[in-house]
Amino acid sequence: MDPGLRSELQRHGIFVTTLEQLYNWGRSNSLWPLGFGLACCAIEMIAASMARYDLARFGAEVFRPSPRQADLMIVAGTVTKKMAPQVVRLYNQMAEPKYVIAMGACAISGGPFKQGYNVLKGIDRYIPVDVHIPGCPPRPEALIHALMTLQQRIAEESLTGPDRPRHLRPDQPGEYPVPEFGPHDLVPPKNPEIWHPPAIRRPA
Amino acid sequence: MNSIGTAQIGDGYVTLVVFLIAALLFALVPLGLARLWAWRFAPPKPGPVKNGLYECGLESHGDAWRPFKSSYYLYAIVFLVFDVEIVFLLPFAVAFGGLPLGAVLAMMLFLLLVVEGLVWAWSKGVLRWA
Repeated sequence: MDPGLRSELQRHGIFVTTLEQLYNWGRSNSLWPLGFGLACCAIEMIAASMARYDLARFGAEVFRPSPRQADLMIVAGTVTKKMAPQVVRLYNQMAEPKYVIAMGACAISGGPFKQGYNVLKGIDRYIPVDVHIPGCPPRPEALIHALMTLQQRIAEESLTGPDRPRHLRPDQPGEYPVPEFGPHDLVPPKNPEIWHPPAIRRPA
Repeated sequence: MNSIGTAQIGDGYVTLVVFLIAALLFALVPLGLARLWAWRFAPPKPGPVKNGLYECGLESHGDAWRPFKSSYYLYAIVFLVFDVEIVFLLPFAVAFGGLPLGAVLAMMLFLLLVVEGLVWAWSKGVLRWA
């Protein structure tokens, strides 16, 4: 509905909402993360969930021990190539709709280990990431900011129409191929359908 | 509606029936609505990995239906000896003063059977640590 009309009605004490807004409001305020940490970023994630930073204020304190009950994956830490297939498999086993926060320099790009042979250069090569947080490690405030960004995105999702989210599109896959250990690297090294490397534009 | 039946049952039970129906609806209607909503707005996307076993992200191999080592029966027997013994000994000790001779003899027989099992386990070396 027209936002101007809504604010006009609100001035007169009449609150109107849509089912979509109500649904998204409930969904964005009850994000249940999957309880797993990969490296030092997990310590900051744990700190964010504890009393000092208190992730419970955002309804996201219920860390689930099973992917069947979780709808948010916080990739907190260095994803080694040994660990990447497990992370992708866990993502695949989560129920729709599901979201991913890549937390820290390692999870978004490989970080300080980018030149190494055994670290994945960003988990977004295999699974679709909704929010990237830079930092080594990011402070709990940064994770909270990422969570609020994700909440905002969920609140703005439309359930129908051409720009509906991934999980409502029949043509989008529900699970992504799990990489396997090859002789030198993971096979395939990336999922070209979801990974689009940033193009570097240099002035001519 | 059977008029004789209602006269026999009485009107007090009609409230119960109404409560039963209300309780059923209270449970079933939200479930049905959730199912309806999920069918429209949370389309399932099943797949072999998603429907696979959850093993902390690892691929599970082997079958859960495999035989366990049969020597665990020793633990079961020793547990039975001590646990069943204490369950029956406590009431026996509490009621000991007022028991007839037959009951005491029956209890002694039971104790003999249990102690026999303990002696058997002891001589087998089950009670020895490591």
